[in-house]
Amino acid sequence: MNRDKSKKSNLFFSIIERITPIIAIIGALFIGSIVILLMGEDPIQVYKMMFGLAIGNRDGWGNVLFRATPLIFTGLAVAFAFRCGLFNIGGEGQVYVGAFLAAYIGFTFAKLPAILLIPITIAASALGGALWAALPGFLKAKKGIHEVIITIMMNWIATSLTFYLVLVYKAPPTEEMRLAGVPQMIPHTSEIAEAARLPRIAPLLSKINISFPSHNPLNISFFLAIIVAILVYYILWKTSLGYEIRAVGYNSAAAEYAGISIAKNIILAMMISGALAGLVGTNEVMGYKFRWRQELFLGLGFNGIAVALLGKNHPLGVVLAAILFGTLSYGGALVNIYTAGKIPRELIMVIQAVIVILVVISDEIIKRLILRRKTE
Amino acid sequence: MFSSIISPDFFASAIRIAIPLALAGLGGVYSEKSGVVNIGLEGMMLTSAFIAVAGTNFTKNVWFGILFAVIIGILLGLIHAIVSVSFKANQIVSGVAINLFASGITVFLSWLWFHETQIMALKNLPTWGFKVPNPGEASSLVRGLIVIFAHHSPLVYITLVIIIISQILIFRTPFGLRLRSVGEYPQAADTLGINVVQMRYIAVLISGGLAGLAGSVLSIEQAHFFVKEMSGGRGFIALAAMIFGKWTPFGTAAAALLFGIGEALAIRVQGVYTIPVQFINMIPYLLAILVLVGAIGRATAPAASGTPYEKEIS
Repeated sequence: MNRDKSKKSNLFFSIIERITPIIAIIGALFIGSIVILLMGEDPIQVYKMMFGLAIGNRDGWGNVLFRATPLIFTGLAVAFAFRCGLFNIGGEGQVYVGAFLAAYIGFTFAKLPAILLIPITIAASALGGALWAALPGFLKAKKGIHEVIITIMMNWIATSLTFYLVLVYKAPPTEEMRLAGVPQMIPHTSEIAEAARLPRIAPLLSKINISFPSHNPLNISFFLAIIVAILVYYILWKTSLGYEIRAVGYNSAAAEYAGISIAKNIILAMMISGALAGLVGTNEVMGYKFRWRQELFLGLGFNGIAVALLGKNHPLGVVLAAILFGTLSYGGALVNIYTAGKIPRELIMVIQAVIVILVVISDEIIKRLILRRKTE
Repeated sequence: MFSSIISPDFFASAIRIAIPLALAGLGGVYSEKSGVVNIGLEGMMLTSAFIAVAGTNFTKNVWFGILFAVIIGILLGLIHAIVSVSFKANQIVSGVAINLFASGITVFLSWLWFHETQIMALKNLPTWGFKVPNPGEASSLVRGLIVIFAHHSPLVYITLVIIIISQILIFRTPFGLRLRSVGEYPQAADTLGINVVQMRYIAVLISGGLAGLAGSVLSIEQAHFFVKEMSGGRGFIALAAMIFGKWTPFGTAAAALLFGIGEALAIRVQGVYTIPVQFINMIPYLLAILVLVGAIGRATAPAASGTPYEKEIS
């Protein structure tokens, strides 16, 4: 009888443990509604507008998934490193460098056929991110320097470096701009070759007679992100490499005793993490604007941290969390437009940060509750 | 050629650049000495930089702006303490959350209150100390010394006092001994009757207050405006200074001065040679990485830094 009861409560707690992110989301939306009330607006109306516009129709869904795509990549990057006990908060810099390398390859090797150029450009974006993450990994593995500080420093160095490079490879002024004599307002590179571009979803859907707005930016890169998420799951839980990486993250001393090289796995995990972040270039450069422009990438690396935490560092969780953040981001932008700027889109950033804080707090509370149950 | 770079003005600007780094670095020292890693320094600086300008503009008084900045720093420190000390959540995660929060709330509020993301400060601090005499009135040595040491804003001198007090407080007082014991071996400290949680709260609150003061220096004293993301990684450079300074106030201040000299040098060199500005901008961050590589092996962090304290239940 008693055993039955404890079994039931174990089940109860294991369900609660899984849904702490949902508790955190509800809590954050509640705090957000207090902020909206303080601004003199009706929170229910604002949320209705936000979610209604974002996921109420096909165009909205397309935009939400489009915005979720880069967050899946950066979220996976953070989650992968975290499984090795590493905190890669350098996603921002890895995105800049990876996307730049993709753009560079895309407009330099314009003569190659698509069947070669697309895979090479995708590989370049991953390579750029991996290279940018290599130094923090190396310094952590060989010198024990905390990766958090180095990755942040690498972010700022990447900002300056890519800003320099974008001026070197600046797009020539367009005919209109030349005639009007105005310089490029925001520096950006030349466009990548047609053969390096990823197809949009809309024309593909229209071939099978599904109506989908043709201006929608959703492109093939979203499916690439889903495939990569499955691949990350496979690597982490089904290969010996993943086993070693998780062993180092779980208990590095025990892993070393078992003959696993800590240094090798730290550098590898960091580089794979960087490669995942770099893949953002496939969505923003190869599938959307076809050129490198800094503001395309702003904040993606940092939001990846929030996505990974909310998704509990699991690929499935990361995908779901990225879609939620995509919804908030697109919905927030629309609300900003529809209310003529009365509700600033930075409200979304505040809600996202509150989600992160509440996720960690509710996780700890649940962990403690379970622990207390077990000791009783 | 070289003398045109290394002038009294050069050292004066190195000191000015070093001040926020030293203050935030000190914040890091207090927090880590008690066993709590505080990478939220960056966000605390950013939020305070904003509040300092907003507060100054609302009250028309710089000192109120600075006071509000310190209070906001302490409040964010309180959040960090609640999440990482009371709830024992991952300290890095809590710091990251504070940084994310700061990026959002500063732009949000500046849009809400001023309808702009860059806001000017109405007033800036007066320069204190001796007036720099004209070339005929005093020798160039005396003029140079006044420029370097005696012609700064009050915040520079306040910072010097805080550095000295902190060194004494942490290494020469019973409070400091308790603080360090909590960060080195909290179990032992607990058995001796020291309240680990309380000590860590005090340390993290001090840390937040110092980061808040650092933020107000950034906006009110150095830039005279607030712009989004203006802290620019300085919270993390301050942590590098703390590590290079072996977790001591004097060491951290000296390392901050090293960063100040590096950045001032970069600004000067730019005027003399034609180096792309982007490479000049990289220098503080490259310097931080080099300094950390150099610091390794000489210094050790407080033993319990980064780990929440679990009272053993038996």
